[in-house]
Amino acid sequence: MPDALAERPNALQLFLIFARIGLTSFGGGLSGWMLREFVQRRRLMSEEDFLNGLSVAQALPGVNVTNMAIWIGYKLGGRNGAIASWLGIVVPAAFVIVLIGSAFAWLAGYELSHVALSGAASAAIGLSLAMGLTAARRVPRRVFPLAIMAATFVAVAILKWPLLWTVLGFGSISVAVAYRNG
Amino acid sequence: MPSLPFSILLVFLPLSLVTIGGGQSAIADMHRQIVEVHHWMTASQFVDAFAIARLAPGPGSLLATLIGWQIAGFWGAVAATAGIFGPTAFLIYGVAHIWSRYEGARLLRALEKGLRPVAAGMILAASYVLILSLDTGWLGRAIALVSTALLMLTPVNPLLLIAGGAGCFAGLHLLALI
Repeated sequence: MPDALAERPNALQLFLIFARIGLTSFGGGLSGWMLREFVQRRRLMSEEDFLNGLSVAQALPGVNVTNMAIWIGYKLGGRNGAIASWLGIVVPAAFVIVLIGSAFAWLAGYELSHVALSGAASAAIGLSLAMGLTAARRVPRRVFPLAIMAATFVAVAILKWPLLWTVLGFGSISVAVAYRNG
Repeated sequence: MPSLPFSILLVFLPLSLVTIGGGQSAIADMHRQIVEVHHWMTASQFVDAFAIARLAPGPGSLLATLIGWQIAGFWGAVAATAGIFGPTAFLIYGVAHIWSRYEGARLLRALEKGLRPVAAGMILAASYVLILSLDTGWLGRAIALVSTALLMLTPVNPLLLIAGGAGCFAGLHLLALI
C-alpha cells in the first residue's frame, strides 16, 4: 500500500460513510459514487484495488453495492470493517424503506394513492427493462451467448422454472465455455 | 409447522445466490414464490412494493425487506433481509479474504463473461413478469415503455421519472379519465 494513501478509517467511520452512501443513493450509479469517495476524494485505496473489487463484486452473485461495501470494508478494516460497512449500507436504508412502505400503507385507504403508486410502478418497470436491455447489449453477438440469454428468459419468464436451478444449469455451462475460450 | 419468519427466510436464502448483476435478476422468482407459490401477497401488492423499493434509497434488494415487513412485521423484515443478503455477503467476504493468495483472474473473467447472458435473460424476464402484473392496462404499459426509452436515450434522473409516472396517473385520475 503506497504511503500516499490517507490514514484508514475505523469501523464506526466506515459505517457512517456507507450509511451516507446508502441513504443518498437513488436509482443506481453507486460504484461511481464509491470510486469518488474512496479513491479520489479520501485516497483510502488505490484505483487498482478498487477496480479489482468491482469486477469481483459484479462477477459474484449479490447486489454489487453491498458486495463492494464488504470488499472495501475488508480491505480497509479487516473483519470488523467488512461487517461495519455491510451494516452501514443495509440497515439505515432498510429502516427508511419500511418507513416509506408504512406511509404508503397508511395512505392506501385513499384511492388516489393506489393510482399514483401504479403510475410510479409503471415508470419503475422502465428502470428494470432499461437495465435488462443494457445488459443484453453487452452480451457478445454470437450464437452461444445469445442462445443462453434466450433460454434463460424463456425458462424464467414463460416456463417459470425456479431461478436457482436455471442459474446453476445455464450459468455453469456458460461459464465453462467462457473459461475454455479463455 | 415452521413459523412465518422462518418460512420467509427459507424463501429468500436461495434467492440470494441468484442475484447476479444486481437484485433485479431475482425479482421474477421472488414474484413466483411470494405471489404464486405461497400467496403471501397479491400481484398488485407486489408491484406496489416494487415501486416503493425503487422510490426508496439504498440497494434495490431492500424490496425483500419491505416484502418481509408487509408479510410478517419486524421479524419478517429481519428474516427477508438476512436471507437475501446473507449468503452472498459470506461469499464475497470469503473471496476478499483469499484474494491476496489466490490468482483468480482467468476464472473471474470466465465467471463475468459467462454469467453476463444469464443475468441479461433474468433481468429481461423480471421486466416481463412485472409488466404482466401491472393491473393498469395499456396506459401503464405505455408509461413503462416510454420510461425505458427515456432512460436509455437521455441522462434523466430515474427518481424524476417515477414521480412523473405517479403524477401522470394521479392527474388522469383527478380528471376522471381513469
